[in-house]
Amino acid sequence: MTAILSAQNLRKSFGSFVAAHDISCEIARGETIGIIGANGAGKTTFVNMISGHLTPTDGRITFNGRDITALTPRQITLLGIGRSFQIAQVFATLTALENMCIATAIARRGESITRLTMNRAMAPDIVRDATRSLEQFGIAEYRDMLANTLSQGVRKILDVAMAAARDPLLILLDEPTSGVSREERHELMNHVMGALKERGVTILFVEHDMEVVTGYADRVLAFIDGTIVADGKPDAVFARDDVRARITGQSAHQAETHHV
Amino acid sequence: MARHSTLISFVIIALLAISGGWLPSWILPISTVALGNGLAVLGMIVLWRSGLVSFGQALYYAVGAYAVAFSARHFGLRDAFLLVLIGTLAGGLVAYIAGFLLSRYRGIFFAMLSLALSMILYGLLINSQILGASDGLSVPRATFAGFRPRGDNYAWGLFALVLAAVWCGAVAVARYNTTIAGALSTPMIDNELRIEFLGVSVDRLVHQKVVIAGLLTGLGGSIVALSVAHVDPAMAFWTTSGGFVFVAILAGTASVWGAFIGALAYEAIRTIAVATVPGTWQMILGAALLLTILFVPQGIGGLIFRRRRELGAKQ
Repeated sequence: MTAILSAQNLRKSFGSFVAAHDISCEIARGETIGIIGANGAGKTTFVNMISGHLTPTDGRITFNGRDITALTPRQITLLGIGRSFQIAQVFATLTALENMCIATAIARRGESITRLTMNRAMAPDIVRDATRSLEQFGIAEYRDMLANTLSQGVRKILDVAMAAARDPLLILLDEPTSGVSREERHELMNHVMGALKERGVTILFVEHDMEVVTGYADRVLAFIDGTIVADGKPDAVFARDDVRARITGQSAHQAETHHV
Repeated sequence: MARHSTLISFVIIALLAISGGWLPSWILPISTVALGNGLAVLGMIVLWRSGLVSFGQALYYAVGAYAVAFSARHFGLRDAFLLVLIGTLAGGLVAYIAGFLLSRYRGIFFAMLSLALSMILYGLLINSQILGASDGLSVPRATFAGFRPRGDNYAWGLFALVLAAVWCGAVAVARYNTTIAGALSTPMIDNELRIEFLGVSVDRLVHQKVVIAGLLTGLGGSIVALSVAHVDPAMAFWTTSGGFVFVAILAGTASVWGAFIGALAYEAIRTIAVATVPGTWQMILGAALLLTILFVPQGIGGLIFRRRRELGAKQ
């Protein structure tokens, strides 16, 4: 499969603190990749560098054959990378449908100021498409509720649905289940992954819940101390001692005992 | 604004314009100035809906007014429509240039930077001999498409002109609010990050709103210049901007018509206060502002809008 995203020797430092270093990987079109790692391991820094939220100190990122290393989040979004956030980024004072209509209208009508000014936000075709998206993501019943009254889980799904409105080639999900109860996690991931797979989007998601990672990822990137230490099928990555000791919470000794 | 609301507002405005012929002559200039200021407030409300408070709208107001005075005196232009168009475009042009700087700032920095720009203009005007320095410039009587109204009819003509501008401004802003750019106003306060990640430049949106506000304020300033027949540097002074902020609080952001009702209310309060307590009329204005913030925080526009919505819900 051809690589849609390629990261080469990425490094990000803040003064003397190195948040990420020597990150290299290739992501093929259509893959679903889970990123795991302890807090501060560099997962979100990696996602922020891809989405343009942070500019790498060194290294290069290419997306769909184009160098995106120094581009702004807006430029990267327009090239076909969408993203959701650890804290859902929705418009709190608008309803779920209005949120979705704005995202859909920008995606369908164009993002130039002229086009934004010439077209209505709640045109019938926009409302229809936005409603369809809410249905696809399983949150249509909340359409008339203000976003700030929605549960954390629904807000998270709405955040992803808005990021997916442009039909991106690649979507980055930063901890899609954080703050969501264990019972709701699988339902949330079923809705999100189902809708995204239906659109054929390549998915890169950061996740702490290993059950979720095992359940939905084709491939796992394990981060320790700001770099990727393991890259492969979930079972193979989880079997590594360093991953067990530093990420999944089991010591090497416990892991050995468990194996025996 | 729905099509039937646009039509109803047009009929009301047209009836008001016609009624100018029967209103007492003293009320027409006061109303024209109040509604001209209302246009500036409408511009301020466009910014306010996006969380941007401008303490320097007087910049575009004075530019619009001085463009009219300068064009009339130095180029001999007399047509009111042409002069108002020039004043409006001048306000918009200055806003477009200032917008490159202003669009990079938010909150108090946006407010104070806009104030600083208007005070720079004030400094330039007060020292510029060609623009009349501290005395300002008088504005000759205008004509209306070749028609030269006499006596009170001139004030009536300007009253009709400001009402036409009010209707056009209100309908345009109401239409703008339904567009994607307009719908992004409140979300801009909420969440700039999501807007950027939807592919839209928030800085450009801010720039656009600065220009819209500049055009409306230039329009207001140019009509006021014709009505008062004089422009002076005080039009660019910070107290003029403060007056617009006052009316914007009084008006609220819920309805485009609130700006004009607020401006008329402000003028009425000020006129009554000056007439009753000439020495301390500012105290009455201050008390009115305090009462508005305490009891009608959504402003007059919000009060009317909510009332209409409640009636709609009952029906």
